[in-house]
Amino acid sequence: MVTLLTDYTTRTILLGTLILGISCGVLGVFAVLRRQSLVGDLLAHATLPGVALAFLLTESRNPALLMLGAAVTGIAAVSLATWLSKRTPTDLNTCFAVTLTSFFGLGAVLLSIVQKSPTANQAGLDKYLFGQVAGLTQEQVILMTILGSVALVGTIALTPSLKVLTFDPTLARISGLKPERVELIQTGLMILVIALSISSVGVILVSALIVAPAVIARQWTQRLSVMITLSALVGGAGAFAGSILSIQRDNTPTGPMIVVILALGAVTSVLFGTALGVVPRRLRAKKSQSGGAS
Amino acid sequence: MSPLTLVFLIAALAGLTCALAGVFLVLRRIAMLADAISHSVLPGLVAGFLLAGGPSLGPAFVGAVLAGLLTVLAVETLSRSRGIKQDAAIGLVFPTMFALGVLWISASYGNIHLDTDAVLFGDLTLAPFDAWRIGNLNLGPQSIWLLGVAFGLTALFLRILGKELRLATFDPSLAKLSGFNPDLLHFSLMAIVSITSVAAFTAIGAVLAVALLVAPAAIARLYTDSYPQMLKLSAAVGVGSSVLGTALAVLFDVSISGLIATVLGIAFVSASLTAPRRGVLWQAQAQRTTKLNHAIEALVIHLSLHANTSREAEESLLSHLIRELGWTPQWTRDVVEEASRRGLLKENDQRVTLTSAGQQLGRS
Repeated sequence: MVTLLTDYTTRTILLGTLILGISCGVLGVFAVLRRQSLVGDLLAHATLPGVALAFLLTESRNPALLMLGAAVTGIAAVSLATWLSKRTPTDLNTCFAVTLTSFFGLGAVLLSIVQKSPTANQAGLDKYLFGQVAGLTQEQVILMTILGSVALVGTIALTPSLKVLTFDPTLARISGLKPERVELIQTGLMILVIALSISSVGVILVSALIVAPAVIARQWTQRLSVMITLSALVGGAGAFAGSILSIQRDNTPTGPMIVVILALGAVTSVLFGTALGVVPRRLRAKKSQSGGAS
Repeated sequence: MSPLTLVFLIAALAGLTCALAGVFLVLRRIAMLADAISHSVLPGLVAGFLLAGGPSLGPAFVGAVLAGLLTVLAVETLSRSRGIKQDAAIGLVFPTMFALGVLWISASYGNIHLDTDAVLFGDLTLAPFDAWRIGNLNLGPQSIWLLGVAFGLTALFLRILGKELRLATFDPSLAKLSGFNPDLLHFSLMAIVSITSVAAFTAIGAVLAVALLVAPAAIARLYTDSYPQMLKLSAAVGVGSSVLGTALAVLFDVSISGLIATVLGIAFVSASLTAPRRGVLWQAQAQRTTKLNHAIEALVIHLSLHANTSREAEESLLSHLIRELGWTPQWTRDVVEEASRRGLLKENDQRVTLTSAGQQLGRS
């Protein structure tokens, strides 16, 4: 443990995942409150064709390029699903499911082409599915940390607008806030954070990193500001702990580790959370009942 | 049968079975629940493997179906607790189940030959060689047996409970009054979806199973309101896209399941654009027609008001119309052309005059 924290690369990795966990935690609060929890899932799956395409076209594994590809197809998928659900009678749920699977399917097709090409150094692309922090290079980690910080600052700056938009749409309209613009920035930040998190958490599991901290925080508080802080802390702590455990055991993929830790936290919170948890509410109900009888 | 024929057969059977089971997922707007189910069968498969001490059909199948049902139960329980909506519950439960599966596999490293890539994408090219053996008896590919059973169960389910399910979907309160339990129906539907996903995804992977469950039904929904027609259309789209996707994938030597999902996505977008009445292009056309009708009406009224007055000559000038009605020159052109096509007015020398049909319309 001590040697783990003194190693320079490991320290940078942990710093990077910590920052990403915090960003996911903050963004997740609004995703969960605005019933957009599955946007993260759609985005993450839809990045696969982008990554494969960027790799096929440039034959480089430059993380910035792959991330750019990921962002392009991610935005395309979310816009397509939202547009279809607005313009046709098909519901959002169905549009999401079809868009998600077809983009991911296209990714699988492109990936099967990548795997055939003899010149391509395809190592690392398979880590994409489940993530492995231990495999990250120094420059990847530095990029992740810098962009992660940008996303975090952006998210914090956007928080007041999102707050108004979520809880008081009328006030938002009066004060001249453009909902589309705020939503676009929100989606953009989400894509940035997801594209960054994929190398550590993987495509399949990144949605949990967005949803779980917010769900956990919601169970302990009724106040938005507290919820955001708590969600950020939980996201950061979960990602940090998952990464440490995954580095310590050579063969353990990081994403599942983080997800299982967060899931345990979620179950505990749903049961014992002081604001909405099942047990405290039962106790309060009992107390007021016996109080009323006496 | 040659392996290639078997690949086509398995793809078509998967398309058929999933497309039927998916109809109610789309009607009830719970498509993402299928996504959750199909991702979460992984730990069930692992549990089945471990309990049976190896890759064995029965235990893996039962384990996976149970895991699917457990997921549904967890999502329902969570979305009933306070502060958690259904989308958040789904977004929380299925990654957890999948993560447990992945961790379980990596913990018993080497004991389980279960490729997580294959769980997601499947490998249809290998499916024909994965034969089901009892002793020395070779019963043919496992996938065909699994999908056959799933198809039989789905067909039976739709035949017996289709009517009740329709009622519970479209009129839950009446369903409750008529004395059957919507929750029980919902749960049996979920059991069918779980069985179908598991049967499909051993051959074609978790992601494609979702694509085949949701997309054909969603496409069928765009074309018809009738339930029997939706079933037929969905089945046809499921089989058709599976066969087309497989053929293209074999031709270009790429991932079969991936290409089928891509074909389904393209088909869904095209249907969303062009379907009669519901398609985006169709609606745009309908909107334009309505707008055109109103404009022609306005034009005819304007002309008939000034007919036989001193100002008629001036008021019927095209350039005057553009100014007076506030239309763009192009739009004015379109309206006049359409109106003269309908025989309501005649145009000559930058002037329009009403025909007798037009005058009649203007008076009415």
